[in-house]
Amino acid sequence: MDRLEASLPRAAARRAAVGSLLESREALGWAMVAPAVALLGAFLAYPFLLGVWLSLTDSRIANPGRFVGLENFRYLVGDGVFRLAVLNTLLYAGVAVVLKFVLGFALALLVDREFRGKRFVRAAMLLPWIVPTSLSALVFYWIYDSQFSVLTWMLRAAGLVDRSINYLGDPNLARASLIAANVWRGVPFFAIGLLAGLQTVPRELYEAAAMDGAGPWARFRWITWPLLVPVSVVVTVFSTIMTVGDFQLIWIVTKGGPANATHLFGTLAYQRAVQGGFLGEGAAVAVFVLPVLVACVALAYRALRRED
Amino acid sequence: MSRTVARLLTFQLPLAAFLVFLLFPFYWMLVTALKPNRDLYNLALNPLWTWTPTLDHVRRLLWDTHFLPWMRNTLMISVGATALSLAASLLAAYAIGRLRFRGSGALGITLFLTYLVPPVILFIPLSRIVSALGLWDRPAALVLTYPTFLVPFCVWLLLGYFRTLPQELEDCARVDGASRVQVMRYVTFPLALPGILSCLIFAFTLSWNEYLYALVFLSSTDQKTVPVGLATELVTGDVFQWGPLMAGALLGSVPVAVAYSFFVEHYVAALTGALKE
Repeated sequence: MDRLEASLPRAAARRAAVGSLLESREALGWAMVAPAVALLGAFLAYPFLLGVWLSLTDSRIANPGRFVGLENFRYLVGDGVFRLAVLNTLLYAGVAVVLKFVLGFALALLVDREFRGKRFVRAAMLLPWIVPTSLSALVFYWIYDSQFSVLTWMLRAAGLVDRSINYLGDPNLARASLIAANVWRGVPFFAIGLLAGLQTVPRELYEAAAMDGAGPWARFRWITWPLLVPVSVVVTVFSTIMTVGDFQLIWIVTKGGPANATHLFGTLAYQRAVQGGFLGEGAAVAVFVLPVLVACVALAYRALRRED
Repeated sequence: MSRTVARLLTFQLPLAAFLVFLLFPFYWMLVTALKPNRDLYNLALNPLWTWTPTLDHVRRLLWDTHFLPWMRNTLMISVGATALSLAASLLAAYAIGRLRFRGSGALGITLFLTYLVPPVILFIPLSRIVSALGLWDRPAALVLTYPTFLVPFCVWLLLGYFRTLPQELEDCARVDGASRVQVMRYVTFPLALPGILSCLIFAFTLSWNEYLYALVFLSSTDQKTVPVGLATELVTGDVFQWGPLMAGALLGSVPVAVAYSFFVEHYVAALTGALKE
């Protein structure tokens, strides 16, 4: 083999060398993942670490700043607006995820049967999740208009209220309005995920249980639910992370207002870092998303482990 | 008889309620976009309908705003980011799923975890990197940063898809003397075309819909994307141009709705497949 290669012209030898590299699992494998790793390294891993570093500095726009240890975090913990944002995030994510799960589950159960127009319904129900959130957020902004709200018009027509409602002017009403919009967008995601789970349940199990005299509730409780736990966990964790990290809906509809009542970590970080110029402080706000992320992943891991 | 009533109460009514809830905002978008201003701001009229539909708002949107440049920007950025991400993801997913080199398992898990990092953690440091690279206010900033959420997602989707393809086909080709690169090119990738297509749709719609990075990294009016341009340039002070805004929301949603309706079966199948993992 060696002699043979030595006798070949140099170019051919090089080609053979490249060829044998392309045949090696290791070399070819690493060469093929290289572009993805480079992209994610430069624009995900590096900024991630840079963000943690920035949160430990007093850096501003156009000023690199210096290391200040945990000063930003100490400041934020004492900052009323930040504390309100923490509470808002818990409320927003908690209520929205639970509602999305319950409604999504109900919708999945409804469309998991045979009926005329099933294909149309399944396609149409995904629309809120497909269209750009920023554009649907604009529609909600218009629906919640203090003067020309169509929602108020309908409530008035139904005789439920007799004056206009300032949806985005009152803190609690603004929170509820944003949660409703977030639920609207997220229900299809839960529905389609749980529908996928429902379709993996073997139909024979239901038939066998029905023969043994199990009613609809018993079949749901002892067959559907246990088999659906893994997919429920995955979908819920995903949605929780995305809801905690939400930005665009809030930013377009309320900009964190009224009186900072609807800020989440993302909107507050944007306000402090981009609009205020305090990069270090903004980065510190954003870093608070991390514990939520880690907790979600750890909980999901444990839940799925126990299932196995 | 009671059976039909039961079906009505437990199935048809709830389903209808869901559809009204989920589709009403689209209807409201459409009605607003077609309603003349004198109807739009007249509280005495029933807002849910108009007898005098007009295309004035659409005309204003197209000729008096930067909507068309925004559409062009969004399209170019989405195509660029999708192409870049898909190429990187296809190679990476094949290597991780099929070559199983040393470290590929750990790499797969790491890639999956990167998908969970939300953009709100990254946008502040990324804005520094973008300006250091001289990409501030340039579409390239988005083409290079969108892969941070597209690549993990596409790799994950493609890994799942590769797993459904029988390994034997590749083994046969290998026995017949095909090189690893030939196996990829002539056997696996053609077979994975449906999976690749789903990735394409997902990546395109995710890029089209992106808001935060586009808001932070692009600043001049004519460089913006549709999601950012509409929300920042048409909402000026206290004057809301609701007609053109809703027309823009409608037209800005059309490309993703079209992409999605063509491939709706793929889309749902890919998503359900990915979630089953």
